[in-house]
Amino acid sequence: MIRFDNVSKTYPKQTRPALRDVSLEIEKGEFVFLVGSSGSGKSTFLRLLLREERASHGAVHVLGKDLGRLSNWKVPQMRRQLGTVFQDFRLLPNKTVGENVAFALEVIGKPRGQIRKTVPEVLDLVGLGGKDDRMPGELSGGEQQRVAIARAFVNRPMLLIADEPTGNLDPQTSVGIMKLLDRINRTGTTVVMATHDQQIVDQMRKRVIELEKGRLVRDQSRGVYGYQH
Amino acid sequence: MRAQFVLSEISVGLRRNLTMTFAVIISVALSLALFGGSLLMREQVSTMKGFWYDKVNVSIFLCNKNDAESDPNCAKGAVTADQKSEIKTDLEKMPVVDQVAFETADEAYKHYKEQFGDSPLADSLTPDQMQESFRVKLKDPEKYEVIKTAFSARPGVQAVEDQSEVLDSLFNLLNVMSLAALFLMALMLLVALMLIVNTVRVSAFSRRRETGIMRLVGASSFYIQMPFIMEAAIAGLIGGGLACVLLVSGKYFVVNNWLAQQISLINFIGWDAVLTKLPLVLAVGLLMPALAAFFALRKYLKV
Repeated sequence: MIRFDNVSKTYPKQTRPALRDVSLEIEKGEFVFLVGSSGSGKSTFLRLLLREERASHGAVHVLGKDLGRLSNWKVPQMRRQLGTVFQDFRLLPNKTVGENVAFALEVIGKPRGQIRKTVPEVLDLVGLGGKDDRMPGELSGGEQQRVAIARAFVNRPMLLIADEPTGNLDPQTSVGIMKLLDRINRTGTTVVMATHDQQIVDQMRKRVIELEKGRLVRDQSRGVYGYQH
Repeated sequence: MRAQFVLSEISVGLRRNLTMTFAVIISVALSLALFGGSLLMREQVSTMKGFWYDKVNVSIFLCNKNDAESDPNCAKGAVTADQKSEIKTDLEKMPVVDQVAFETADEAYKHYKEQFGDSPLADSLTPDQMQESFRVKLKDPEKYEVIKTAFSARPGVQAVEDQSEVLDSLFNLLNVMSLAALFLMALMLLVALMLIVNTVRVSAFSRRRETGIMRLVGASSFYIQMPFIMEAAIAGLIGGGLACVLLVSGKYFVVNNWLAQQISLINFIGWDAVLTKLPLVLAVGLLMPALAAFFALRKYLKV
């Protein structure tokens, strides 16, 4: 599903690499937490997965493709097999909940009939059934994140990438979001989630990958957030 | 590709930058009008050249009896029949001469009447006041000096006039004007392109949320860029349309209803010349902004 072979990434005009010599493998259907302090390379890790950046050294394989060799025009096709969720939800404020989810299908040219059928289904799945016509501004943070997850999941991606999805939410709401992600994971979708949320990591007992100054310092199945916390 | 989706994106984009869109439309319209105008001016010059160079190059005006007192060249009185036939045979012997035609006073009067119609001046003229002349067509219009040196001092000749010399200065003027129009066009086009680049930058910025999401969910770069390019193309097309309106009304109001009334000796370019330029103007209006937008996007929109 995901394989990093001795991956390093140095951004232009910077001397210190954001990632150094990271090698790891994530199997299909896994749920992986990516932890580490700010600047540890978590975001770079995710950006490499999304092919927003290319590795400076080493190879990144996602869904069986070597992203370093993937030509630019094939990238959109690759991204359609991924779902992405962010801390700041990234919803379109002038579109309704339903339209926000439909947008993801519209822009990849899915037929209207299919969109009309799929959108309510996936909103149901995330627990927002019947809220199609609400505007994002009228919803709570947790509900907005559910919309974002619905949008990420509406294409039934093989891999869901979440960048601190609970970062803006209170603990109780976060638990709900984690349950939802866990449910998505159980359908067979691989989930990679970067987080700072110790409580969640410790509760879920999933595989934990820790980065520190760009290096992979811990890879632990059924792990916890960190020893020293 | 969902047409409705794209169209709504475009109309939103155009309205969001209404002032910018206006500026683009107007600068494209002006630059393309100048472009078309300069093309037409060139065509006008070549039509006129063909028309005039075909007709006559050099006129040798002969003395008539009225000139005897007024013009020192004709101090010896009106031209005689011997002088005329001598000039004619000499002309025909010259290698640079293509054709020689003799215009009698009566014919000159008739032509004059045709050109100036019923003006009071024309009414006061009589045929015997008109000059006889040889109309000489040269193989090479530039060789006018040869005729002038050979005939201007001859008895019976009042003056040798090179009409192409007069015309050339007119042609030069027109050429300079069309070059000036081209130069202005280049400037306006530059302004238009910079405006388009700026418009694209602003609208890429104001739509970065949408485009970011589109990118994440795997919309093709073509799909993401399309609304921006179409916006520029539509604004450009409207500008091109306005330029066409300007050209057509220029032809109608300035050339047909004004210049053609004032100056009857020139045959002006016809409607066909104007109409054949319009598709070109529209095509440039459509493609230039679209290309400018495309290249601006490479800089301002990450795909």
